[in-house]
Amino acid sequence: MSDHPSTYQPNTAIERWLDTRLPIIRFGADLMSFPTPRNLNYWYTFGGILAFCLGVQIVTGIVLAMHYDPSGAGAFLSVQRGIMRDVNYGWLIRGLHANGASMFFLAVYIHILRGLYYGSYKAPREVLWLLGCVIYVLMMATAFMGYVLPWGQMSFWGAKVITSLFGAFPFIGKPLTALLWGGFSVDEPTLNRFFSLHYLLPFAIAAVVALHIWALHVPGNANPTGVEVKSKSDTLPFHPYYTVKDLFAISVFMILFAVFVFYMPEALGKVDNQSMADPLKTPAHIVPEWYLLPFYAILRAIPDKLIGVLALAGALGMLFILPWLDTSKVRSMRYRPQYRMFFFIWIVACAALGWCGAQEPDGQVIHGLTTFNLIDYDLNSVTWLSRISSIYYFAYFLVITPLLGLTETPLPVPDSLYTPVLSHPAGVPSGAAAAPETKG
Amino acid sequence: MVRGLYRARISFKVADSLAHSAPVADGSADPSRRDFIHIAAAAATLGGVAAVAWPLIDELNPAADTLALASLEYDVSKVALGQQVTISWRKQPVFIRHRTPAEIAKAKADDHVTADMKDPEPDANRVKAGHEEWLIVLASCTHLGCVPVFAQGDYGGWLCPCHGSQYDTSARIRKGPAPKNLEVPEYAFLSDTKVKIG
Repeated sequence: MSDHPSTYQPNTAIERWLDTRLPIIRFGADLMSFPTPRNLNYWYTFGGILAFCLGVQIVTGIVLAMHYDPSGAGAFLSVQRGIMRDVNYGWLIRGLHANGASMFFLAVYIHILRGLYYGSYKAPREVLWLLGCVIYVLMMATAFMGYVLPWGQMSFWGAKVITSLFGAFPFIGKPLTALLWGGFSVDEPTLNRFFSLHYLLPFAIAAVVALHIWALHVPGNANPTGVEVKSKSDTLPFHPYYTVKDLFAISVFMILFAVFVFYMPEALGKVDNQSMADPLKTPAHIVPEWYLLPFYAILRAIPDKLIGVLALAGALGMLFILPWLDTSKVRSMRYRPQYRMFFFIWIVACAALGWCGAQEPDGQVIHGLTTFNLIDYDLNSVTWLSRISSIYYFAYFLVITPLLGLTETPLPVPDSLYTPVLSHPAGVPSGAAAAPETKG
Repeated sequence: MVRGLYRARISFKVADSLAHSAPVADGSADPSRRDFIHIAAAAATLGGVAAVAWPLIDELNPAADTLALASLEYDVSKVALGQQVTISWRKQPVFIRHRTPAEIAKAKADDHVTADMKDPEPDANRVKAGHEEWLIVLASCTHLGCVPVFAQGDYGGWLCPCHGSQYDTSARIRKGPAPKNLEVPEYAFLSDTKVKIG
């Protein structure tokens, strides 16, 4: 654990015996005493919240698998009749699992945005960031395959559309989709393998999470000022300071989670998924789950199949290469007002893409408005809003981030992460407002 | 035992260095037997991994019973003029459309409008001679596989509900993200009313 000296003292004979054979207690104790920047705010609790989400998904998922039948004829009934009606508390466990996926993505998006805002991806934390990106991709794959398992209409056609993306590649497209499907189309073999992989991938995620946490403990946490920890007085031991802060945040998060599970369990689902998969009929309006909508909108914005698929993959790829695109020496956007403004516009663009992804492909943004025409193009269409937002999405990474890092004059960066806390009242950004010594 | 092995390693090393230190006629080092063992072991390992990996990948491909669902016979006399049925062939939806004379005329007239076609193809190539009223195509949008809906869109044919691709009365792609015309499966008319697909 970097240069953090172990402070663990085995006090009993059995602890001393174990410590020379498998120092696992020392490992845990060192994690708990790990020096953590003292200025971490609540945006930094989402790592803990995400660990909680992964735990919930694994526990509820293992239980659901005991009642699930991954056959073409039985899957839909085993979920809608068996688990939702007959299995004791099946409705609750599935409610936790299905809504848990949305909660997981909500938390991961906040976690990613926090990393973007405070520049957590920058040296020396590139590998930590890349591992996070890998987890995010694995999460999307897992969520997608999980969504197929209830074998309703949205499950089936979502699977068809997403697997058909791989058919866009020249020459290898067709054999590749046959390999994915195990047939001429999405069918029972597809369902079976998705079930198998949906069970496997969360454990792969857990393994990458372990690497992610390892990579976190080599340089230590970043923090809202972006200034590296310089002395021991800049830090607090992880326990009890951040264990308690994380647990409080998890408790608040659980309230939101419970509101969905108990009061609106189907709010994020699609009504089409309440009817059984029919390979002969596509639902009138196919939309993915909310957390994939921006990528779906990018795919639809481009009138060419292969380029659309590449743009979808490229949108994810931007996150992977971001550490090498950002040329600024200042880590946190607290001290980069211009970049911060472009970042907020980027969030709006992502939200716009999310909205577009949920609309009909040939719809209008404002219904009935026909005056926003440029030559032949209706700029008031969902297609054009998607296109403009997609262009901004990519420009933010490929143009704004590299150029602005060279031209922007940042605000003065504090000497240490402790300075803004001590000199609180004068001219300090509001994010640093927590001054525990004055608030008792 | 351990000591013996250690000695053996030392003697190997001596033999190794002797072998390397004795240059052959062209000046390059003589490859020792140890190098050969290294290369042979690595090659055998790679070959072994590949031999195990291939069955693990190939098992994902369609199984023999899936491939055996090859052909299907259908009596088209059930489909009235202007009507369309969707049948399942190899678990894929197939449109059998009984086209009206107006649709056929429109499809043929559009043969000449190749400028706005991504995948130009005359209507005659997409139907069987003498059976122009029957259009038989895979009901799978060539974009991402949704089933298009008939009588929507600007070309009198199909509109895909997923991403808005539009097909004409010959099921040729005219607008939207799909790259190809709806695929015509291999089929033959066994009689005037009986068609064999596959």
